[in-house]
Amino acid sequence: MDKKRADNYELHRREVAKVLLKDRSEDFLVITGLGSPNWDATNAGDHPLTFPLWGAMGGAASMGLGLALAQPKKRVMVMTGDGEMLMAMGTFATISAQMPENLAVVVFDNERYGETGMQSTHTAGAVDLVAVAKACGWPQARLVKTEAELTAALPLIKETPGPVFVNIKVKAEPLPFVLPTKDGVHLKNRFRERLLGPDSLL
Amino acid sequence: MTENYAWAPQIYDVLKELDIRHVAYVPDAGHARLLKMCEADNAMRTIPLTTEEEGVSLAAGAWLGGERTVMLIQSSGVGNCINMLSLPNTCRFPLLMIVTMRAQWREFNPWQKPMGEGTRPTLEAMGVKVTVADDPDEVGATVRAAGEMAFGWPDMAAVLLHQKLMPVKTFGK
Repeated sequence: MDKKRADNYELHRREVAKVLLKDRSEDFLVITGLGSPNWDATNAGDHPLTFPLWGAMGGAASMGLGLALAQPKKRVMVMTGDGEMLMAMGTFATISAQMPENLAVVVFDNERYGETGMQSTHTAGAVDLVAVAKACGWPQARLVKTEAELTAALPLIKETPGPVFVNIKVKAEPLPFVLPTKDGVHLKNRFRERLLGPDSLL
Repeated sequence: MTENYAWAPQIYDVLKELDIRHVAYVPDAGHARLLKMCEADNAMRTIPLTTEEEGVSLAAGAWLGGERTVMLIQSSGVGNCINMLSLPNTCRFPLLMIVTMRAQWREFNPWQKPMGEGTRPTLEAMGVKVTVADDPDEVGATVRAAGEMAFGWPDMAAVLLHQKLMPVKTFGK
């Protein structure tokens, strides 16, 4: 384990989130994993078609899979953390068995459990989530460590047939909380109303 | 015991009535006949899970996208779902689980006992409405009642298929 490595990564998660969520269309659906990715997405601008998870650790990628299968004409991006994705390693296999072309899973990998005291996760050691995605047969899996690589990965995340996995190494840094609403029923209903129309709430 | 899982087509017919599009499962012998029927149906997608909790969050995602899911799992798999049930509980996502039971009736394997006995209290502790089907003629009606509640209210519902409905598994002994 290299517990210091992530202190020096070039990319800042708040800036990465802004890049990923900039100029989003109504055809871009987003699930964010619990903790820091929620705050990053909210900081970049709350949106009815973003569903932030406040719990359900390990559920972001499979929730994205369900959404992608139900909405094959929309692009679905799951934006989550390394700790959350490590809890869902099996979901790389579950997604592979369905091969949804419209799903991108993006991990903000700071090699830490950010909400609990910045303890190192397994990716601070030899664990390579891009290699996991490749071993599970995902057609697209890429590591991003620089701004240039982030720019180059944008079309991959937004439109390349997938499933797409992108692991973005981000600096381990303390950041202020920027919280979305934690009312889960509201988050669900606003998403469905925007995507499916008001009749979906009847 | 019911030979050949004669009640399985009842469940399939109800899943069609309920417009279920996604069948998320960790297989069990008790679900094998139903799964074959679902696999043969082009309007249904069968989704093997690596662990049952994936099905809980997958069903929530599919509902966000406007489609309905059923989970087919065994009682031991209920334990794998516990914390993930906080998602449908907090957000009132519909959830329909059909659970084949172990450790209830002529069970050969004592390792099934803890989770078999814990299935109902675990589900109820997490807020899931539990109904039991132990009469082969009532299986379809029980699933229909649970499904109408799950998608209509919406709420979380589990139907436990009693082990009496399944052949006795003796591992060749």
